[in-house]
Amino acid sequence: MLRKLLLAAIAAAFVGLAVFWLITIPATVPASALGPHTPNLDNGKTMFDAGGCTSCHATPGQQERTHLAGGMALPSPFGTFYVPNISSHPADGIGGWSEAQFVTAMTKGTSPSGQHYYPAFPYTAYQRMAVGDLRDLFAYMKTLPAAEGRVRDHDLPFPFNIRRTLGGWKFLYLDGAPFRPDPSQSAQWNRGAYLVNGPAHCAECHSPRNALGGIVASQRFAGGPNPEGRGWVPNITQKALADWSASDIAYMLETGQIPDGDSVGSNMAPVIRNTAQLSAADREAMAAYIKSLPPVDGPARPGR
Amino acid sequence: MKFNAAIAGAIIAAGTFAATAVIAQQDPIAARKALMKLNNDHARTMTGMVRGTAPFDAKQVKAAFDQWADTASKFGALFPDGSQQGDTRAAPAIWTERAKFDAAIAKFGKDVADNSAKATGDLEGLKAAMSVVGQNCGSCHETFRVSR
Repeated sequence: MLRKLLLAAIAAAFVGLAVFWLITIPATVPASALGPHTPNLDNGKTMFDAGGCTSCHATPGQQERTHLAGGMALPSPFGTFYVPNISSHPADGIGGWSEAQFVTAMTKGTSPSGQHYYPAFPYTAYQRMAVGDLRDLFAYMKTLPAAEGRVRDHDLPFPFNIRRTLGGWKFLYLDGAPFRPDPSQSAQWNRGAYLVNGPAHCAECHSPRNALGGIVASQRFAGGPNPEGRGWVPNITQKALADWSASDIAYMLETGQIPDGDSVGSNMAPVIRNTAQLSAADREAMAAYIKSLPPVDGPARPGR
Repeated sequence: MKFNAAIAGAIIAAGTFAATAVIAQQDPIAARKALMKLNNDHARTMTGMVRGTAPFDAKQVKAAFDQWADTASKFGALFPDGSQQGDTRAAPAIWTERAKFDAAIAKFGKDVADNSAKATGDLEGLKAAMSVVGQNCGSCHETFRVSR
């Protein structure tokens, strides 16, 4: 009887390992999935600015938005990430990548060498992007300067340093679905929903996260502790922004000025440098969508 | 009568100035909050003009730019050692990167001075001036103010 139980336990452990192995295989997009495409560099720049690539990947301590050699330290509850080089440098950056490898990185969070990326790289949002937009973005990024230098490895304690376990995280939080427009809404609202949830990845900071670092879906956009350290990221649902008009939101995305006369700062200041580059129509679309977010209570804020 | 009023005005002004100086010494956090509140109120008025929700008013523009210049001249002295603690959103970087902080205040003061004539001229001038001056708000708050 004991022997049978032991055998059953061993068998269960093997099945468990096999399931873990299968679930955590890094997913890829094959080159054959990409049809013919003529890149639109203007649209690529729009995606670059909406995506805020430069806010994390520009080399710290210099002003050039397109010098993308990385190196910034990104603190988190799981350890410190060091942002990689995504310049067009063929060896140190992404200049040697294929289109399929770029689309794979952005939508599956898998590197060209077949490893999981950490979700500090917001592929949970980028997976919503249209493949055409991703290919335009890649073509645009290839026109930016090649900057030398490989960035050091992330500084993460065990078990977070085992990349394979991220396959389990992705199983929970990466659904693989592209953006689906809501036919009952206007074209402007859908453009805004696409930009906010896809490239602009607003929810990544403006939502609370659970112990595993996944976004709490029921409190999406309702704010929470600053994932990068001190302070609080505001609720941007109508719970907090009921007094703002869509035009107020669009003006904030252009200038950083908010209706009460204050300005946004902290981690939002670099975001404004990106959204200021977008067309007025795109900012108004984002504003129309944000203005439509139903009121949701965010997590309780500890006393200051 | 006029003379008396002028003297009274001067006494009140001197008193206010002295009181401000005393408050600044005793409670720098309250003093800098008061200056930022004025900055904020004027920024709201200027934004209203730029966005066309309020008519252009050269007098109000001048008041705003004068007050911002005043803030820029006083602000740096309001962060003595020890005033990191308390009910403040001042970021630790003010004390660890003091030269950068002082440079940011100086840049704000210079942008205000360089653009005030243009701003008080007409609405187009104000718009151009605000696109330069307004950037100081976000760039300073990025590093030197803790998010809410």
